[in-house]
Amino acid sequence: MINLSINGLKVSVEEGTTLLEAAKFLGFPIPTLCYMEGLSPYGACRLCVVEIGEGPKAKLVSSCTYLAEEGMKVRTASARVVRARKMTLELLLASCPQSKVIQDLAAAHDIRQQRFRQEYEDCILCGLCVRMCKEQMMSGAIGFRGRGENRSIGTPFDITSDVCRQCGGCIYVCPACSLRCTYTEPEKAICGGCANLSPPCLEKEEFDDMMCYMDPCVACEIKKK
Amino acid sequence: MKRLSSIDDFISLRDRLITDRDPRTPTIIIPAGTCGQASGANDLIRIAKRQLLAKGLTEKIQLRITGCHGFCEMEPSILIEPNGTFYPKVGMEEMVRIVDAVAEGKVLEDLLFIDPLTGKPIEKQNDIPFFNKQVRTVLARNEKVDPIRMYNYIESGGYSAMVKVLSNGKPEWVVEEIKKSGLRGRGGAGFPTGLKWQFLAAQQNGQGKFLVCNADEGDPGAYMDRSVLEGNPHSIIEGMIIGAYATGATEGVVYVRNEYPLAIKHLIIALRQARDFGLLGKDILGTGLSFDINLVKGAGAFVCGEETALIRSIEGKMGEPRQRPPYPVQKGIEGKPTAINNVETWANISAIIEIGAEEFTRVGAKNNSGTKIFSLVGKIKHTGLVEVPMGITIKEIIDDIGGGPVGEARIKAVQTGGPSGGCIPASMFDLSIDYDSLAKAGSIMGSGGMIVMDENTCMVDVAKYFMNFLKDESCGKCFTCRKGTQRMYEILEDISNGKGTLADLDLLEELALVVKDTTMCGLGQTASNPVLSTLKYFREEYIEHIENKRCPAGVCKELITYSINENCTGCLACLAVCPEEAITGKKKELHVIDPAKCIKCGACKSICKYDAVDVK
Repeated sequence: MINLSINGLKVSVEEGTTLLEAAKFLGFPIPTLCYMEGLSPYGACRLCVVEIGEGPKAKLVSSCTYLAEEGMKVRTASARVVRARKMTLELLLASCPQSKVIQDLAAAHDIRQQRFRQEYEDCILCGLCVRMCKEQMMSGAIGFRGRGENRSIGTPFDITSDVCRQCGGCIYVCPACSLRCTYTEPEKAICGGCANLSPPCLEKEEFDDMMCYMDPCVACEIKKK
Repeated sequence: MKRLSSIDDFISLRDRLITDRDPRTPTIIIPAGTCGQASGANDLIRIAKRQLLAKGLTEKIQLRITGCHGFCEMEPSILIEPNGTFYPKVGMEEMVRIVDAVAEGKVLEDLLFIDPLTGKPIEKQNDIPFFNKQVRTVLARNEKVDPIRMYNYIESGGYSAMVKVLSNGKPEWVVEEIKKSGLRGRGGAGFPTGLKWQFLAAQQNGQGKFLVCNADEGDPGAYMDRSVLEGNPHSIIEGMIIGAYATGATEGVVYVRNEYPLAIKHLIIALRQARDFGLLGKDILGTGLSFDINLVKGAGAFVCGEETALIRSIEGKMGEPRQRPPYPVQKGIEGKPTAINNVETWANISAIIEIGAEEFTRVGAKNNSGTKIFSLVGKIKHTGLVEVPMGITIKEIIDDIGGGPVGEARIKAVQTGGPSGGCIPASMFDLSIDYDSLAKAGSIMGSGGMIVMDENTCMVDVAKYFMNFLKDESCGKCFTCRKGTQRMYEILEDISNGKGTLADLDLLEELALVVKDTTMCGLGQTASNPVLSTLKYFREEYIEHIENKRCPAGVCKELITYSINENCTGCLACLAVCPEEAITGKKKELHVIDPAKCIKCGACKSICKYDAVDVK
């Protein structure tokens, strides 16, 4: 067992426990965006940062990827952490204002404005869909491409992937496109399944091993009618 | 070529090579690294060979094609041994004369380097201020060695450190020696190399361990690793063999970027030679040590210089960093313990073993022993690679070695450490160059880029340039790094276009601090340095851009206007070069620029002989 203190509270956790899990065990809230139980932690959204170390060596680390160490002192809501989180949320809001998840997080952290030039991107590249596809659906149809501002998610060469079973798992976990899947910008959707009335799941017979994560699924509701 | 099967074999080979060589034989040395070849060294080599053959001098004069010696401004240059005569900027006709002069044992006075201060010619390389202020532990060896001839390396003392270690050292002794030498990683962060090796040696999983040479040098304007790899690849191999012996590593990888074709070529040749001689592979020199080195070519992503991204890239995955700990020394390539050192670090290893740790620590400053190679570029007279003892001041490098500013404009700042580094203003040029003082000043040592800027450089533009680089080269994994660099660039662009506000400036600073704080790897954590350091030392320039919509250096196009003053003689030269026909005027009459048509290309200013074009 590893002993550490979080916000002054002592806790012992098993080896291999992340700081996020340890903090959650104690009930300290840490906002997350790219973290999901059952998927490997990735550390992309930087919302879950916590402060570790002391004095000049104090630093922020993403709690979802950082493993607990013996004698560690963790602060989950120090001024430095809050400042960083607020700026991260402001950046998120500036890029992807239409996401309900991001709106809620911003509201919870008292973000009243964002000072950057407003963009309307969909994807925040949190990588949840990539991990979902690979780790839970055992498919690996989509992945990251490019770097820097040219980074994006998609299938190889942007053609329909042979290994995609069109399960919708990627859509289900997406924190940014939940609105998109309910009709706002149907032309931009990945599969457009729920909006363009020719959803992949309606051709279910073609995919023997199809699994669906949409619940309730708009397409299925339509089919029922 | 016979495989050497024991240490005695090697020593007898080395002794034979040394006795066969007559050190008095005049040798023409032509540096032909990438930089030398680009400025015409290949022509000189051709001419020299032809002359030597035609005049039957091949027995009397030796020719040695080496890597870069560092004085890039004077390329293509020639060095004559054993006198040490140095000829800068040699042309093709002059090469013929030089061959004749060497044959006759003469020195061509008219071709020598002219000291810009005294106006007098200087014959010997070591008397030239650019060279005599340097301490060239690593670079000096480039002169002695033809990179594709292993015999050259052996007879100049190469692989002796390896033999010393293999014949009488214990692995613990080697680690201890490197620790005592105080050698810190030359890649930028300055982690003690001996400590890293000690950690690696302590890892016992029986699955094998890796040593990596990080040659993914990506900083704009920095090329010291390239020069070492091109000029002396065997020194890297020797360093890695010593490292393998000390740490028990079984496999080595040199990760070099594909943009360095000559370095790759020389390295492939060197690796093949070392394998043929039995210095790599199974049972090295009959000592039972087994170690081999593979070459992995990187595809040119800046972030792959970061060690965890580099490991992923070697594994064939996308180059993006991961959380440390676990550190590579615990879990590296394929999950096996891995120690990653920079090219220059590896090049220093054999020097330390050869002269001993204590001797090594005599050079340099406290906690910063040894020398460091910098690539001195920008608005300075003598650009090139300079190897200086740590603890030297910036002033000494710029004024004494670099020869001061190029034109009349005064030097304003120096940027160290590449895109992750910061700008240090002229008022702080007494700063000692070592890992700790540079970090304190808001910059970093980095891999050793040193860009000199004068008053014609706009600091907002500099920050914008680096941010543009970083927003493309961030891997994009961390949201705050990817989006943060983009947003910082956006704000800097606004400011340089005259659209910035003082609130933007505060936002820029706030954002820069958060990006520094919240990102996972070294790239993101230092990405704000160009912005933060220019804001710290040159804030008034930013404010000038914002409040007065003026670029003091005359760089930001949106904020400057071109006009013609009374110096104009009406020569019509600028009319002819203006691509937009924005200049009107008649012969011998004052010309006028139409600001509506002017695209601020600067063509008129560069053609005007009378200094009649103003930029405000």
